[in-house]
Amino acid sequence: MSALLDIQGLFKRFGGLVATNDCALDVRAGELHALIGPNGAGKTTLIGQIAGVIKPDSGRIRLDGVNITYLPPHRRVRMGLARTYQITNVFKKYSVLDNLALGVQARDGHSFRFWRPVRAERHLWDQAAEIAERVGLGVRQDVLAGALAHGEQRQLEVGLALTSRPRLLLLDEPLAGMGADEAGRMVDLIRRLRADLTILLVEHDMDAVFQLADRISVLVYGRIIASGAPEAIRANPDVQTAYLGDEVRA
Amino acid sequence: MTRAQMLILGVITLGLILVPVLAANNFTIKLFSRLLIFALAASSLNLVLGYGGMVSFGHAAYFGVGGYVVGILTVSGIASPFITWTLAVLLCALLAALIGAISLRTRGVYFIMITLAFAQMLFFVFVSLRQYGGADGLPIRPPDPLRDGRTLYYIILVTLGICLFLLWRIKESRFGRAVQAIKENESRMMALGYPVFRYQLVCFIIGGALAGLAGVLNANLNAFISPNALAWSQSGQFMMMVILGGVGRFWGGALGAVVFILLETWLGSLTIHWQLGVGAALLIIVLFAPGGLVGLVSSANAWLIKRRAAA
Ligand SMILES: Nc1ncnc2c1ncn2[C@@H]1O[C@H](COP(=O)(O)OP(=O)(O)OP(=O)(O)O)[C@@H](O)[C@H]1O
Ligand SMILES: [Mg+2]
Repeated sequence: MSALLDIQGLFKRFGGLVATNDCALDVRAGELHALIGPNGAGKTTLIGQIAGVIKPDSGRIRLDGVNITYLPPHRRVRMGLARTYQITNVFKKYSVLDNLALGVQARDGHSFRFWRPVRAERHLWDQAAEIAERVGLGVRQDVLAGALAHGEQRQLEVGLALTSRPRLLLLDEPLAGMGADEAGRMVDLIRRLRADLTILLVEHDMDAVFQLADRISVLVYGRIIASGAPEAIRANPDVQTAYLGDEVRA
Repeated sequence: MTRAQMLILGVITLGLILVPVLAANNFTIKLFSRLLIFALAASSLNLVLGYGGMVSFGHAAYFGVGGYVVGILTVSGIASPFITWTLAVLLCALLAALIGAISLRTRGVYFIMITLAFAQMLFFVFVSLRQYGGADGLPIRPPDPLRDGRTLYYIILVTLGICLFLLWRIKESRFGRAVQAIKENESRMMALGYPVFRYQLVCFIIGGALAGLAGVLNANLNAFISPNALAWSQSGQFMMMVILGGVGRFWGGALGAVVFILLETWLGSLTIHWQLGVGAALLIIVLFAPGGLVGLVSSANAWLIKRRAAA
């Protein structure tokens, strides 16, 4: 399998803090790659750099062989990269369907169209409804995003990322703050998505990670200290001391 | 639009068409002309500020430059409105493109300050242009048909109608929705694949061009243009109009401009301290009706409907 995402020698400093420290990571086409690491390890910062909203100080990011290190975010989206946010970041005052239609509109050519009402563009709404269905919000289409339950907002978060029909999906702690029921639903959703997507999953929930991941990389102080199959990571003594601790041994 | 709204719009339009017929004197026609011109100017700012979320504190720059293009060309012997108006609008669009391209790289207070700084620079440019009247301003002799107050009034009315219709379509178009969503949540729009900067810039340009058009009409109406048209206080007034009427409400700019000017005219006839009254009105709106007058009207309307349903 070839690397869909290939990161090498990536550095990012915030003042004196090295948030990304000579980071190297490869995500193979078709796999679900989990990225784990303690709080403040630099996972979100790495996602930000892959998505293009944070500029690395040095290093290189390749998507499908193309150097995207300094491409603006919207160009990366067009190349098949999409992300979700650790802290829910949706259009709170818009309905679920309006949220998703915005995403579909972004993919459907440019939006420098000034005359025709979007309401009349049936195909946008059909596709938006399809995605709502896909992320389990089919019956909640007309609810304002801000009025959704936390778990549903997280589902919408994923739905928004899907609107661009990505090849590589970056999920930043999709289970954050969820109860057991909600988390179960999200794990099911991710399992369904992986059938046709490559996924880089940042997650603290170890049960979910070991259930879902093909491979796992461990980020500590901005550096990948181990990368491999779940069993290998579980057995890795460095990982145990640095991060997993008692959680896994127990 | 609902039926009732259409009806109200129809009645207002009819009333506006009849103004020159019913007006007792030229003063009234001129007052209504002013109302319509500022309704356009404030609506153009509302596009940028209300829909686009870009707090431009230099919107009078386009209003003034539009007027000066007409003025300077007219005194240079090019009086044809087709040429002067087109050039004015194009130049204002270009100016907005330049100012926008630079200031849109900043956010928040910096954006406000940069747009203000550009407008101030232009203000001093025109103050220093002695050959065009400098600080005293430039008298313009508009071409013949435009010198008739009634004709000009109708031209202004039609122009406003066309522009508002355009803005109405934009609001619900792909572009309009993208721009509004950027105001709502810029980072997510980026993550969805929108080149945010480009959309904001185009919105900024449309706003500048329409303000320029309002400036053109204004110069023709007054047969005069002076640096005051692009003073920061003028930019501030446009902002007050939008806030008074309702930021991001379609009729906010128009209603705000009308109420502002009527308030100014009425209070101005009572006291030289009319600005105090306008300030108080603005304060009340900001504190108690963040949706502006349009927001107030629509919530009153919603309340009435609810009460009728309950009865
Ligand atoms: N914009 C910023 N400016 C300064 N420091 C930052 C910035 N963003 C992140 N950091 C710091 O960089 C480090 C890595 O942060 P990051 O959010 O990437 O961690 P994380 O692995 O996602 O943590 P968590 O598991 O809590 O989400 C932290 O120490 C954080 O405080
Ligand atoms: Mg994080």
